[in-house]
Amino acid sequence: MQEVRGSSPLSSTTLFSIFFADACLRVAVLILNLSLGPHACKLAPPMETSQRDEQFYRSMVRMRAVETELLALSSAGQLRGSLHLAQGQEALPAGAGAALRKDDYVTATYRGHGYVLAKGGPLLPIIAEILGKAAGLGGGKGGKMHLFDLEYGILGTNGIVGAAVGTAAGAAWAAQLQKTDRVALTVCGDGALNQGHVSECMNMAVLYQLPLIILCENNLYSEMTPLSRSHGDVNLAGRAAGFGLNTAQIDGNDPEAVYQVMSEAVNRARTGGGPTFIEAATYRTIGHYQADSGIGYRTAEEVEAWRAKSPLDHWAAKLGKRAPAIAAEEQAAVRAVFEEAWALPGPDPLAAGTQVFA
Amino acid sequence: MSQMSVVEATNAALRQELTRDPKVFVYGEDVAHYGGMFRVTDGLLRDFGADRVIDTPISESGFLGMGLGAAMAGMRPVAELMFIDFSLVAMDQLLNNIAKTHYMSGGSVPVPLTIITQGGGYRGAAAQHSQMLEALLLHLPGLKVVLPSNAADAKGLLAAAIRDDNPVVFINHKQLFGAKSEVPDGEHIVPLGQARTVREGTDVTLFTYSYLVGMGMQVAEEAAAQGVSVEVVDLRTLNPLDWDTIAASVTKTHRVVIAHEAHMRCGVGVDLSHQIQSRLFDELDAPIQVVAALDAPIPFAKELEDVVLPSPARLLEACLGAVRG
Repeated sequence: MQEVRGSSPLSSTTLFSIFFADACLRVAVLILNLSLGPHACKLAPPMETSQRDEQFYRSMVRMRAVETELLALSSAGQLRGSLHLAQGQEALPAGAGAALRKDDYVTATYRGHGYVLAKGGPLLPIIAEILGKAAGLGGGKGGKMHLFDLEYGILGTNGIVGAAVGTAAGAAWAAQLQKTDRVALTVCGDGALNQGHVSECMNMAVLYQLPLIILCENNLYSEMTPLSRSHGDVNLAGRAAGFGLNTAQIDGNDPEAVYQVMSEAVNRARTGGGPTFIEAATYRTIGHYQADSGIGYRTAEEVEAWRAKSPLDHWAAKLGKRAPAIAAEEQAAVRAVFEEAWALPGPDPLAAGTQVFA
Repeated sequence: MSQMSVVEATNAALRQELTRDPKVFVYGEDVAHYGGMFRVTDGLLRDFGADRVIDTPISESGFLGMGLGAAMAGMRPVAELMFIDFSLVAMDQLLNNIAKTHYMSGGSVPVPLTIITQGGGYRGAAAQHSQMLEALLLHLPGLKVVLPSNAADAKGLLAAAIRDDNPVVFINHKQLFGAKSEVPDGEHIVPLGQARTVREGTDVTLFTYSYLVGMGMQVAEEAAAQGVSVEVVDLRTLNPLDWDTIAASVTKTHRVVIAHEAHMRCGVGVDLSHQIQSRLFDELDAPIQVVAALDAPIPFAKELEDVVLPSPARLLEACLGAVRG
C-alpha cells in the first residue's frame, strides 16, 4: 500500500489507517506464522503461483464483465431494483473464493455477488436470478440481494447490513457440532462493524471457537459516510481482537494476499483453531448503488487514486500478453450467459404465493 | 397418561426429540447448566451432553441468527428465548431473515428452526416481561406460531414444531407453566394447524388460545348458568390457522367472540374477525366481539394490570352481549 503515500490525496486519517493497517499486517502475519503449529504443513497452496495468477485474473475479469452487463441493463432501465456494484473490490472474492472448498459455507452482503461467482457454481442460475427469471437460483423471488445455493454452500447474500454474519456463524456451529471440517466465510463491510448483531456473533464465535472467517471489506465508507464520521475507532481488526478473534489486516486489492491470509484462516478454522477476522483495505471505485455517482462525499482525485490501484489492471499487467485473450474469453462467456438468461421466461405470477413455507 | 405440568410436558417433548433425532440441539440463555429460567430444560445437559444442550450469552439477535445458519446447514436447532419480549431485540433476524429465507431462496433452503419462548401477564411483571407478541410474528409471512393451553398440547405441539421443516415459534404462557393435566405417555404429536373444540356450545363461539382458554372455560360455565351456551375453540396454532374448524363453529353458532391477551390494534382478533365476516357474512347473526388487552403498555400495579388485561368479567360480558345484543 506504500505506493500511494507520496502523492496521495487521501486525508490524514485515512493515511494513518493505511499506515496502521500496514503495520498491523506485518505483526499479524508474524503472529499467524508463530501460531500455526503442527498444521502448518497443510497450508501449502494447492496451486502454483502462476496458476493462481491466471485464476485470480479470470475471476476478477468475470466479475467485472458481469457488472458491466448489469450496469448497462440498469442504465437502460431494464434491470429491476437496486444495483450495488463492487468495482475496484474484485480482488477480495477472487482471493477468498480460491481458498475455499465447494462444501464450505459463504454468506455475503448485498454487494456480495462476486463471492457467489467465485464459489464456483454455474453462472446461468445466478444471472437468471439477478434478472428475475424463473430459472434463477430463487425462482425470481430473491434477486441479487438474496442469492442462495445450498449445493455450493451459498447461504445468502443479504440486504441487511451485518445480518448475514449470524447465518455464517450458525453454519460454522453446525459444521462443528456435526464434527465435519467445513468452515464458513462471512463477508461484511466496515459499516457492519457498527451493528450490534456482528458484535454478538464475534463474541460467540470466540466462545464456541467456531470455524468462522469474517472477511471485512473496509472500503473506507459506510455507504456514503467515511469511517471518520461513523467509527469511534477506525481500527476494525482491533475491535475483533478485543473479542478474542485471530486477526489480520491486509491489502484487499491484492488477490494473492487475500488468498494467503484466507488460506491460513481457513486452515486454522478447519483444524479447530477458531475464528479469524480479516480486515481488508479496499475501495469501491463506483457509486454505492446505481443512483450514486460516488462523487460528492468523495473527491474525484481520491477515486482516481484508487482506480490506479485497480486489482484488475494490476493483474492484467502481471499476466502481460496472456491477459487480453483471457479477458476476451471471460467476457464472451459472460455475454453468452446474459443473452441466454435474458431470453428465459419470467416466473409464473401464480408462484408469488408459493414457497412461503416448506 | 401421566399428570404433568406444562413445564414438564415441554421438557418431555424436548427429551423425546433429542432422543429421536441427532440433528436436534437445544440452546439459549441459562438453558444448559442452570436448566432454564423456568426449568423447561432441566436435566437435559446431564442426559444429552454439552454438544446437544448449549448455553448462550445474552445475545438474542446473534443466537437466533446462528440458529438460522445451523438450520440451513442441516441441523434442527431449538432456541429458547427466555421471554418473548426479548424477541424484540432480534426482530431483524426473526422477520427479515428466518421468516423469509425459504421464500427468498425459491423454496430451495428449508429452515427447520424452532424457537420456544413464553409470554403473558397477570403476574406483575410489567411492560417488558408480560407481553403477548404473536401478532408481530404473524404479520410477516414465514413463521408458524403455536400457543398451547395445556400440558398435553405443549408436548404434542412442540414435537410437531421440531419436526416441521419451517421456522416455528412455540409460545408457552407463564401462568400455565405449573398447570398440571393429563399427558399421553410415549411419543405424542399434535399436528400444527389443528384447532380443538374444548367445549361444545350452541349460542356463541369463543375463539381463543393460550391462557385465555382456561378463562374461557370458566366463563362458559358462568354463561351456562345464565342460559347461554358457549362453544369454546382453542385455536392452538395461529399460523397455519385451522379455518375448517373455525368455519364449522361459526356456521353452527352464528355468533362470535374472539379473545386474546395481546393488544387489540392490528391483532389476531381484528384479523380473524375480518376473515370471518368477509367469508361467512351471511352466517353471522351479531357483530363479532373482540376481547383483548387495552391499548396501553402492561402496567405493574395489580389495580392497573387488572384493567388492561382481559378478565373473566369482560369475556362473560362479550359472550352474553353477542347473544343478547
